Amino acid sequence: MGKRIGTEVSIAVAEAVKLARVDVISAYPITPQTHIVEDLSQIVANGELEAAFIPVESEHSAMSAAVGAAATGARVYTATSAQGLALMHEILFIASSLRLPMVMTVANRSLSGPISIWNDHSDIMAERDIGWIQIFGENGQEIFDLTIAAFRIAEDKRVLLPVCVNMDGFILTHMIEPIEVPDQELVDRFLPPFEPAMKLDPANPVTMGPVGVPEIYTEAKKQCDVALTNSKPVIEEVLQQWAEIFGRKYSLIEKNGTESAETVFVTMGSLGETVMTAIEELNAEGQSVGQVRIRLWRPFPKEEFKQAIKGVKRLIVIDRALCPGSTSGPVAAEIKALLYEESEKPEVINVIAGLGGRDVTRKDFKTMLDMALKGEFKDDYTIWGVRSHAE
Amino acid sequence: MQYPAWEDLELGAAITTPGNASNLKTGDWRSSVPVLDEDKCVKCGLCAVYCPEFCIAEDEEGFYRPDLYYCKGCGICAVECPKEAIKMQREGE
Amino acid sequence: MLSKEEIKFEKITAKNLPRESLISPGHRACQGCGEILAMGMVMKAAGPNTIVANATGCMEIVTSPFPETAWRVPWLHVAFENTAAVASGIEAAIQMLYKKQKIKEKPNIIAFAGDGATADIGLQSLSGALERGHNFLYVCLDNEAYMNTGIQRSSSTPYGAMTTTSPPGKKSIGQCTWKKNVAMIAAAHNIPYVATASPGYHLDLMNKVRKALAVDGPAYIQIFSPCPTGWRSKPEQSITLAKLAVQTGVFPLFEVEYGRFKITQKTKELKPVKEYLQLQRRFRHLGEDDIAYIQERVKAEFERLKALASLDA
Repeated sequence: MGKRIGTEVSIAVAEAVKLARVDVISAYPITPQTHIVEDLSQIVANGELEAAFIPVESEHSAMSAAVGAAATGARVYTATSAQGLALMHEILFIASSLRLPMVMTVANRSLSGPISIWNDHSDIMAERDIGWIQIFGENGQEIFDLTIAAFRIAEDKRVLLPVCVNMDGFILTHMIEPIEVPDQELVDRFLPPFEPAMKLDPANPVTMGPVGVPEIYTEAKKQCDVALTNSKPVIEEVLQQWAEIFGRKYSLIEKNGTESAETVFVTMGSLGETVMTAIEELNAEGQSVGQVRIRLWRPFPKEEFKQAIKGVKRLIVIDRALCPGSTSGPVAAEIKALLYEESEKPEVINVIAGLGGRDVTRKDFKTMLDMALKGEFKDDYTIWGVRSHAE
Repeated sequence: MQYPAWEDLELGAAITTPGNASNLKTGDWRSSVPVLDEDKCVKCGLCAVYCPEFCIAEDEEGFYRPDLYYCKGCGICAVECPKEAIKMQREGE
Repeated sequence: MLSKEEIKFEKITAKNLPRESLISPGHRACQGCGEILAMGMVMKAAGPNTIVANATGCMEIVTSPFPETAWRVPWLHVAFENTAAVASGIEAAIQMLYKKQKIKEKPNIIAFAGDGATADIGLQSLSGALERGHNFLYVCLDNEAYMNTGIQRSSSTPYGAMTTTSPPGKKSIGQCTWKKNVAMIAAAHNIPYVATASPGYHLDLMNKVRKALAVDGPAYIQIFSPCPTGWRSKPEQSITLAKLAVQTGVFPLFEVEYGRFKITQKTKELKPVKEYLQLQRRFRHLGEDDIAYIQERVKAEFERLKALASLDA
């Protein structure tokens, strides 16, 4: 019944991909994704996984080869980060519009420039609209579990879309954590062999990716939009089955802290863990603070989010990416748009924090709460921790 | 042309009817039509080899004839015929 | 990979010419399109047990506007610059699914791309796929400019040619660079098979396709593809041009089989390039001096090719 090992999370992700019995891995190295693909190539080299590892010459080709392999009926995996994800940009839309299941890990890292190898979410936030299911994990176990579950979600006949699992670069990729690794047999029970709904097969010729003339482009986009929206209940169902087999339950939106909290921090990714300890301390000090973690970013779990913040007076939404010249960071913009029609809505404070690997500590969250309570956030959004002569 | 509602689109707007472009009457593009002189024709089939419409086929008598539903009248067959057995004639003449 | 090994393949002759067209009529290529003709010849030689990856370009556009497809084989279009990578993925999947006994046979895998998609924007992806050794055939349908977007120059546009972005003028001759030789670049990857072909020599073309598909590993064929629209030539002269380009040495036919160079055209005494140039209005602004320069360089390059071929004779 599995084993519990201490391992770097990247190695665990490679192990998850192995347990998912992928057919084709197509990847190009980029920090901080490298340990995942290094380990996978070793696993393949050792004969522990029967898969083709395509050591492509760029991320653009990584995604292109992934599309070709998925269209041929293979179970496909890739991983990337920052500039690599940006180089894939063009093809990411095509993967979802062709309705090709595949799984990609994004080791979240800031986009250049200036060049930075460190963590934030600017890479994936530039890819919000690629039509992929986008999940954010908070810790190693969660990333491991969600990686396997992602294949099941992607390949479900009601979904048939690519899935991107986000993990914070270095903070998660290079962290050593105790991770529960299940037996292959159990994973096989959860994840049956991939049966493509459509594939390139001379016995049954299909034309995939034809010209989307104006009379059909809108309908093609509608199909993808509906598929993405409708994937939400399937994701819940798959995660429920995961819980039944493996005993770890993951909800789309996770709530934590005081039940009737006045102020709620909203985060995605590993910052949630820091917030968790911060609010424990804050509540012990007599504050009324909670947290909401967004695990599923696309499709956005609208109802679940609204439910989770019911009765809350104030949201402090942490964005780890900038939308220069916009009204707020991407997560806050999403939430503000969602709450616009609500008759009772909380104040939404938007803090852009942790850019380019800048630490965000418990103390920062305490300061944020303090400022929020004093009404010191005046601007649409505040870039946190900027050195300035104005201070 | 009738276009499907989004619900009726194949996955990813794929086309699952191989070669259904053959519905399209590209013969409408033609201004000249190839005319075969059967006396000169030696039935070598080179006209079919060089036809970019893939619309010249052998008939029961062994003559190669273009399907005028598709023939765009490019005239390659007339130029390439080693026996000069094909002449291009203005449409309607 | 220099080797004396002969490629074994089922030869096509005038007698057993495959007739089944795997591209249907009703496609929307221009009148007299030499590119679709060449592609049709490739497909006839390859047969129905083939998967095609097609780059963005004329051939993709004219064969697939929804809801009609001219393709009778499985076909995938993804983007412009990545066809070799897409084919890499298809090939890796086929190999693995076959190994795992999820499919019963391994089809041919052919990537089609234009000269812009090959010599310019897709060169990196092509090089990567050739270097990695995928078992597939990459066909560059070379019509010497970006025809689909309106006749802009590519690095495969020949010296002196007028295109919409290499217009001749007081200070320009038109295209002022010599055509990039991608077949030689492909050969430098030491892949099992590289060739040039022309639809004017259909048996040569189709047998090169057969050879390319018979080898185990990557193969590259660059096919001269006359474009009446872009070259301002007469549609009925596409095959005339396809032959003249070879006979004048403007587009020599050769193959590189396991590293061995071989000239495959019968005409070793070249015709004057003027015979070829004068049939196309893209060259009509050229003066006698310009033509003499082109003549000299074409001759010199052909001599070089002969020298290469003599190494392995």
